[in-house]
Amino acid sequence: MICIIDYGLGNLGSLQNMLKRIGEEAVISSDKNTILSATKLILPGVGTFDTGMRNLHSSGLIEILNEAVLIQHKPILGICLGAQLMLNESEEGTEKGLSWVNGKVVLFNQSVTSIKVPHMGWNNLKHDHSNPLFKDMPENPPRFYFVHKYHFSFAETNYITSTCQYGYEFPASYQKNNIYGVQFHPEKSHQFGIRLLKNFIAIK
Amino acid sequence: MNRARVIPILLLQNSGLYKTVKFKDAKYVGDPINAVRIFNEKQCDELIFIDILATKKKQEINYNLIKEVATECFMPLAYGGGISNLTEIENVLKLGIEKVVINSAFFDNIVFLKDAVKEFASSTIVASVDIKKNIWGKQCVFSHSDKKSSITDPVAYLKILEDVGVGEIMVNDVDRDGTMTGYDLDTINKLSNSVNVPVIAAGGCKDLDDIKKVLQLTHASAAAAGSFFVFQGKHRAVLISYPSPEEINLIKK
Repeated sequence: MICIIDYGLGNLGSLQNMLKRIGEEAVISSDKNTILSATKLILPGVGTFDTGMRNLHSSGLIEILNEAVLIQHKPILGICLGAQLMLNESEEGTEKGLSWVNGKVVLFNQSVTSIKVPHMGWNNLKHDHSNPLFKDMPENPPRFYFVHKYHFSFAETNYITSTCQYGYEFPASYQKNNIYGVQFHPEKSHQFGIRLLKNFIAIK
Repeated sequence: MNRARVIPILLLQNSGLYKTVKFKDAKYVGDPINAVRIFNEKQCDELIFIDILATKKKQEINYNLIKEVATECFMPLAYGGGISNLTEIENVLKLGIEKVVINSAFFDNIVFLKDAVKEFASSTIVASVDIKKNIWGKQCVFSHSDKKSSITDPVAYLKILEDVGVGEIMVNDVDRDGTMTGYDLDTINKLSNSVNVPVIAAGGCKDLDDIKKVLQLTHASAAAAGSFFVFQGKHRAVLISYPSPEEINLIKK
């Protein structure tokens, strides 16, 4: 059973529905036992970095998630803000992140090119074909739907599993062991999102 | 990102899906949730839902239905209809809607649009402008409400919307709505050339060829349509369709 972590940010219905269509029952929950007995976790989220971290703190989820991810080594997929929270910190706020992966979240650098933020819309990925999340993508390059002002930034580039071009090339997804993060929204990226979630489900 | 944007516009009325002709004679075409499921299957890249009663009669926004639609929808979604304050935008975005469409056919809305852009960013706000020929055959900004806009020239109006900072402008040609007589290419070209904001053309689309024309012969950034995606054949039998990804890939912008 997959558990979609509920910490009060955004409509998680389309994500749950997409999983259901793939044939995977997922529960939306913030309950300790449900999280610790799930086979896999998804950390979604729409909103600001500080609100996200504060909500995780106030729901008592930090310890539970640390245990599930760092001790039990459950595969976890962070989506958008969820993926940002798994890094150390963000230029968007002052709260400390979950710090599971050594990286930070930075504002799109608009001085480089005249790009508009947020980056919003469908965009192509340049992806690592050997990464399990991108196995058998329907098209090359695959397209995903993005809405964000801030993006991941890593000193250790070996975590990066795909990049996207918006003004300049930025990391669109990462992986460190059982921890997967994607900046785009698979639940709003029809066949590409379905493939990616299927791949996540298939991870052992 | 040169892929053509081809967007179905779906009209809601009392929780059902309808299609109008020249903004009138709404015909029932089915259940919105069922339609979303079909567009999911067809790998449609984006959808626009407009609640026509909420727009015209200032009915309460149907949040339950919006939530249901957003939950079923595996693609980005824009919603319009009855949105007149910032709290309503916030409510709709929380339900999983990516963009809101605000009809700007009365001048009061300009201040509201400015606030909305400031609060929720340009990319979330789509301004919708309805245009219609007046009795002298001149294209004017058309208003549903009794309150008439003081600026009736569409080009001047689009420029104001551009200054306000909206992310996109959807131009609806009322005279061609539901008629399937093709887009008014001259007008769309004139309007899309007059601003740098992406323009979504709507009104008159009959087939894929019309979409190709409006995207290749004008500066419109996206082609939207209603009838083309919900009717089939000359007797207008209800059948939801959408071009295949291969067909869309063939349309070079």
